[in-house]
Amino acid sequence: MNRRTLIFFGALLAYYAIAGVFFGAAYISLLSVQALAFALIALGLNIQWGFGGLFNFGIMGSLMVGGFAATTISFPVNPEFWASDGPALLGQVAIAAAIGAVLVIAAGQAHRIGITGRWKTTLQVIAWFAAYVIYRSRIDPAVAYIEATDAGWIGGLGLHPILGWIFGGVLAAGVAYIIGKVSLGLRTDYLAIATIGISEIIRALIKNMDWLTRGTLTVSPLDWPVPRPQDLQAMGLAIADSFVVGRVAFFGVLLVVLALVLYLVQRAYGGPWGRMMRAIRDNHIAAAAMGKDVKSRQLEIFIFGSVLMGIGGAALVTLNQIFDPGSYQPINHTFLIWVMLIVGGAGNNWGAVFGALFIYLTWMLSDAAAQFLFNGLSDWMVTMGWPGIPDVQSRSSQMRVLILGVVITLALRYTPRGLIPETYQARD
Amino acid sequence: MNELIFFFNNVVVSGLVLGSIYALGAIGVTLVFGILRFAHFAHGDMMTMGGFVAFLLASLFAAWGLTLPVPLGFAVLPLTFVITAALALGIDKGFYAPLRARGAKPVTLLIASIGVTLIIQGMIRLFFGTGTYNFFEGAPKELYRIEVPLEEATRTINFSQPQVLLLLVTVVTVVALHLFLTRARLGKAMRAMADNADLAQVSGINTALVVRVTWIIAGGLAALAGTMLALDVTLKPDLAFNILLPIFAAAIVGGLGQAYGAIAGGFLIGFAETAAIFNWSILLRPFRDALPEFIEIPNNLALVPTEYKLTVAFIILVITLLARPTGIFKGAST
Repeated sequence: MNRRTLIFFGALLAYYAIAGVFFGAAYISLLSVQALAFALIALGLNIQWGFGGLFNFGIMGSLMVGGFAATTISFPVNPEFWASDGPALLGQVAIAAAIGAVLVIAAGQAHRIGITGRWKTTLQVIAWFAAYVIYRSRIDPAVAYIEATDAGWIGGLGLHPILGWIFGGVLAAGVAYIIGKVSLGLRTDYLAIATIGISEIIRALIKNMDWLTRGTLTVSPLDWPVPRPQDLQAMGLAIADSFVVGRVAFFGVLLVVLALVLYLVQRAYGGPWGRMMRAIRDNHIAAAAMGKDVKSRQLEIFIFGSVLMGIGGAALVTLNQIFDPGSYQPINHTFLIWVMLIVGGAGNNWGAVFGALFIYLTWMLSDAAAQFLFNGLSDWMVTMGWPGIPDVQSRSSQMRVLILGVVITLALRYTPRGLIPETYQARD
Repeated sequence: MNELIFFFNNVVVSGLVLGSIYALGAIGVTLVFGILRFAHFAHGDMMTMGGFVAFLLASLFAAWGLTLPVPLGFAVLPLTFVITAALALGIDKGFYAPLRARGAKPVTLLIASIGVTLIIQGMIRLFFGTGTYNFFEGAPKELYRIEVPLEEATRTINFSQPQVLLLLVTVVTVVALHLFLTRARLGKAMRAMADNADLAQVSGINTALVVRVTWIIAGGLAALAGTMLALDVTLKPDLAFNILLPIFAAAIVGGLGQAYGAIAGGFLIGFAETAAIFNWSILLRPFRDALPEFIEIPNNLALVPTEYKLTVAFIILVITLLARPTGIFKGAST
C-alpha cells in the first residue's frame, strides 16, 4: 500500500461518512454491507481480468449460481416435498442423466473399436441426441409432478448460511470449469460472447426451473449468519436499532471474509504464481515457450475468480433475505462490476476493492441525486408555467445507467489504468 | 395439409422474419469487426436507438396529420437511416476515435462499447421511460392471407404487413450491399482493409474514410433492423439488447468480418430457433390413424421449451467455435 492508495481510501471513508450523515445509519449500513459483497466480486474479476487477462462477461451467471446455492443450503427443509413422490421421480431423472452421460462418453471412446473420423462425429451427435431425449423423457413428468403438488418445489436443506456461501463458491467453480473448458483458448471477443451467452442461459434456467429454484415466485426470508433484524426485534430491540445492529454484525462477518481473501490474493499476486500469471497475460506465447501450461493455468485462474464471485453473489442474496431470479440484469450484475474494476484499477487488488466501494455508493446515490435534481427541475418548470416532467420518479431512477456509462467512458479516456493502477513489484 | 400450413407459418415465415433481423444486425457487427477489429457490443442499442428515432419521426408526421398506405414507421426509414448513421458517426468520433488515436488495444474499445451501451440505454430510458410503445396505436396491423389452392386446406398462409416490408427491406439491403462491396471503389477498399489494414493503407486507401463509411453502413443497417423489429413486435428500451446474443452468434457462425457469412449465419440461426421451439408432433398428427395402436404421439415434441429459445443460438455458436472456429466462411483472425 503506497501513499496514493491511502489517500484514496481516506477519501472513500469520508465519502461514506458524508453519505451516512445525509441518509442515516440504517441505509448507509445496508449500502456498506452490499458494497463489501461487491468488493469480493470485483476481486474475483480482478483475478480473471487483471491477473489473467481473461475477458469474463458472464459475472451475472456466477452471482446467480451463488445466490441459488445460498438459497438451497440455508432455506428451511420443505417436508411436503420429501413426503411426496418427488424424490423418487428425481432419482429416476438422475438415473436417466447417468445413462445419457454413459452414452455420450461411450461415443467419445468410439475410436477404440475402430470407428473414427466422420462416423465417430455422427455417432457422437446421435449419442448426444439420445441422451437428451432420455433425460427429457424423465425430467418433464418429474417437473410437472413437483410443480403440481402442494410442495411446489424441492425446498432448502436448512443448513447454516455460511455453508451456503461455501457451496456457492464450489458451485460457481464447477460452472466455471465447464465454461472454461468450452471457451478458454478462444480469442478475447469470442470469450466475451461465449461467457455472456452462458450467463444468459444460466439466467433462463434458474428463472424457469420453478421446481428447483421457485423461479420468479422468489424465495424468502433467508437466514443470516448473524441475528437478523427481525430476530433482534423479537429479542426486544427497537426497530430502528435492530436494522443497524444486524447489518453492522453482518458487515463484520463479510469484512473478515474480505480481509482473508484480500490477504491470500495479495500474497498470491506477489508470489511466483502471480508473476507467472502476469507473464501469461502479457505474452502467452513466450510463457508457453518457458514451459508454462497456458491453457490449464488460465482455467485455474478463471475458476478462482468465479469462486469469489459465487461467494459474493451468495452473500448478497443472504443479505437481501430474498432470492429473486427475475431481478438479475446484465447491467446491474455484469457491467457494473466491470466499471468498478476499470475505474478502480485492473491488476491492483486495492484498486479493485476501492473501485467496488466507490462505484457502488455512487451508483446507489445517483438514484437519490437524480431524484432530487429531477424533482427540482420539474417543480421549476411548473412554476415557469410549463408542464412538469411526467413520471419523474421512474425516469430519474434510470439516470444511474447513464451515469455509469459516462463514468466508464471518462475512466477509459483519462485514467485508462484506473485510479489505483497496477504496480509491478518484485516482492510485496 | 392444414398441419403443413401451420408448420409453414410457424417455422418458415417466423424463421424468415427472425433471420432477416439477425442478418441485418449481424452485417453491422461483422463490418465493424472487419474494419476496426473489435466486437461492438453497443450494436444492439444502436438498433434500439434507430427504432426510437423512427418512432419519434413517425409520431411527428402523424401529429401533422400525414397518412400513407404504408405504416409511417416504414415511410420514415430513409430519414431514420440517415439520422442513425449520423449518430453512429458521432458515437465513433466521441467515444472510439480518441481511444484509437491513443493506440488502445481492441479490447479497450470493447469495454468502451459497454460504456456506449450504458449511455444509449440511459438516454432512451431517461427520455422514453421503461414502457413499451406501439407504432400501430389504434390501427391494427394489416394481415395478408394467402389461400392455398387445395381443397383440404382451410388455413391460410399469414404474413403481417410489417413482415412483408421487413423481407423487402432485407432483400433490397442485401442486394445493395453486394453491389456496393463488389462494384463501388469504396466497397472494394473496405474489403481490402478488412483483409489487411496495413497493406490497404500503404496502397493509398483512405482508411479514415473507410472507417466513416463502415459506421454509416453499420448505423444505418442497425436503424433498419431496429425499426423493422419494432414494427413487427413493439418498441421498448431493451428491444435489441435481448437479441444481441443471437446477432453475435450469427456474425461468428458466418465468420467475423464476412458480410455474406453474416447473412447466412443470421438466417441459419433464425430458422434453427423457430424449428427448435416448433411442436413437431403437429406434423405427425395426420398419420395418427395410420400408426399402430401402441405408438402414441406425445402432445409436445418441441426440441426445446419456448423459454429456452436463447440457448439454441448459443449452442450453435459453441458447436461452431469448437468445430470450425473461424466460422462457416473463413472469418478474420487476429
